[in-house]
Amino acid sequence: MAEVLVLVEHADGEPKKVTAELLTLARRFGEPSAVFLGGPGTYAKAKDFLARYGAQKVYVAESADIDGYVVAPKAEVLAGLFGSAAPAALLVAATAEGREVAARAAAKTGSGLVWDVVDVAPGLVVTQQVFGGSTIVRSHVTKGTPVITVRPNSAAPEEAPATPEEQQVDVAVSDAAKAAQVSDRVVEGKSGRPDLTEASIVVSGGRGLGAAENFRLVEELADLMGGAVGASRAATDAGWYPHQAQVGQTGKTVSPQLYVAVGISGAIQHRAGMQTSKTIVAINKDPEAPIFELADFGIVGDLFNVVPQLTEELRKRQ
Amino acid sequence: MNIVVTVKQVPDTWAEKKLDPSDMTTDRATVDNVLNEMDEYGVEEALLLKEAHGGEVTAVTMGPDKAVEAVRKALQMGADKGVHLCDASLHGSDALQTASALAKVIAPLNPDVVIVSSEASDARGGVVGALLAEYLGLPQLTLARKVTADPGGGTVTIERQTDNGYATVLGKLPVVVGVIEKINEPRYPSFKGIMAAKKKPLVTMTAADAGIDPGSAGPSGAYSEVDEAQPRPPKAAGQVVKDEGDGGAKLAAFLADQKLV
Ligand SMILES: Cc1cc2nc3c(=O)[nH]c(=O)nc-3n(C[C@H](O)[C@H](O)[C@H](O)COP(=O)(O)OP(=O)(O)OC[C@H]3O[C@@H](n4cnc5c(N)ncnc54)[C@H](O)[C@@H]3O)c2cc1C
Ligand SMILES: Nc1ncnc2c1ncn2[C@@H]1O[C@H](COP(=O)(O)O)[C@@H](O)[C@H]1O
Repeated sequence: MAEVLVLVEHADGEPKKVTAELLTLARRFGEPSAVFLGGPGTYAKAKDFLARYGAQKVYVAESADIDGYVVAPKAEVLAGLFGSAAPAALLVAATAEGREVAARAAAKTGSGLVWDVVDVAPGLVVTQQVFGGSTIVRSHVTKGTPVITVRPNSAAPEEAPATPEEQQVDVAVSDAAKAAQVSDRVVEGKSGRPDLTEASIVVSGGRGLGAAENFRLVEELADLMGGAVGASRAATDAGWYPHQAQVGQTGKTVSPQLYVAVGISGAIQHRAGMQTSKTIVAINKDPEAPIFELADFGIVGDLFNVVPQLTEELRKRQ
Repeated sequence: MNIVVTVKQVPDTWAEKKLDPSDMTTDRATVDNVLNEMDEYGVEEALLLKEAHGGEVTAVTMGPDKAVEAVRKALQMGADKGVHLCDASLHGSDALQTASALAKVIAPLNPDVVIVSSEASDARGGVVGALLAEYLGLPQLTLARKVTADPGGGTVTIERQTDNGYATVLGKLPVVVGVIEKINEPRYPSFKGIMAAKKKPLVTMTAADAGIDPGSAGPSGAYSEVDEAQPRPPKAAGQVVKDEGDGGAKLAAFLADQKLV
């Protein structure tokens, strides 16, 4: 069986849940080979996780150059592996950076790219939900090694313990790939909550909250359910919540089991980032708000009454 | 500074978007089309750079006849020149082909800065910026929420939005800059701008003019193929209830019922 490369999505070595989802998908049509690209000494944190989710092989490329320059070094290492491993496909998490890495790896190798995929069938036919989820498309790559970016939460991760063979990869980044140099990385708004794109529950707040301090209501509710906190663009533009929390066309795309929209009207750009959530719940005082067209359950009411009562009720039920 | 900004015409944000069943490409014929909203941020950033450092802004698009409207909007906002790559053979190109064709048009313009936006609202690939950096062999300064140019020192520095914060990234000119929507507040074309735009130079190019091999363009040269497209099965209508003082409790009951809590 051919290898299927899975680019490990991680934070300083700590693998993200989507990596397990990609490994699970990869098993459907080949032997999953994880590709770990990170700074020196970061792989140790990923090792056990990759074994647990069935990586048969791990390509380990640790170098300060990986994070020291934007995207190009990662694409270069991946393109090199296309030559040596002749994989059946490359799977990458459909994150803002993931899609750029995937695109450049595809361009370098003359390979086809399909993005924001929600399912991969044998034969490498992929499913995409385009136009805000209104159209379901099936397509396949016709050239080179299919490069596929997969939306987080698209597959349920299954454990399949393995003892992967580790292969160190020499990172010899070309000068051309060192053109965009990272001088500094700043972490903003670390919350201790689950990752927005990976969380199975997301509670988002919008302009209806009226002020930054009222996000406390959203946070309390999210924390009670073990969820992540999102925000509409109106809320991030107002500076009430960091942009990293923005859900929508120009924010993150989320597809959780449960999405709770609090004081969000449901503009089309917002819907583009949450429309495929399994269950959608909305609280809005305007019965005409478009978010109710999407909602499985909606409450027309003042969020300042509804949310505290909801939180209280959930607390009682715990 | 010689600044190039890419602009794309897309179906209106509020239009019901669909694929043309005859060839599985985005249906651009039966809907109203507009300048991709995100590209307004790209044009604005180009104009801000020009205002700060001097130079010229050229708006470049690739698309069918009427896609030239996107360039015209950029000219109305204040861009100086326009280039429209328009050729029937390009219809149905995918992201890789589009970026490669745009690179062929852009390279001879010898830009110092190429500006794209992070995403077009139709196909939402978000890859053209990275691909232009790849094909043009230029530093990739994408996902920028802040851009600082130092033409004297020959560099551009950006704040690149990351998953949990930002990274400061530096590139030597010429560079590709990709902007996100937090970067600025796009201006509206003024009446004067709209009038002036009519006299601004606007060049139309064919694929041959740009040196694009016809065999590499369009569906025949595409890297991927759509097998089928279907509307998503309609979702069962939800329940919307008015809060009578027990809205929170009802919601909690619903969530418990659905085993979501
Ligand atoms: C290029 C571009 C990209 C964009 N990208 C995004 C994106 O990624 N994500 C995004 O979210 N938006 C995006 N937008 C913006 C989008 O168009 C909307 O402006 C935005 O989503 C509105 O946010 P909102 O729903 O919080 O605010 P509003 O539309 O103002 O809605 C606030 C809602 O709160 C309700 N409300 C007020 N007070 C209360 C109360 N006390 N109790 C209950 N309900 C209350 C109101 O009835 C209203 O429906 C983008 C726009 C453009 C042009
Ligand atoms: N056909 C096109 N003509 C000009 N610019 C384009 C075209 N397609 C994409 N772009 C540019 O690339 C950006 C990102 O688009 P995309 O990667 O397609 O989401 C857009 O905002 C445009 O600036």
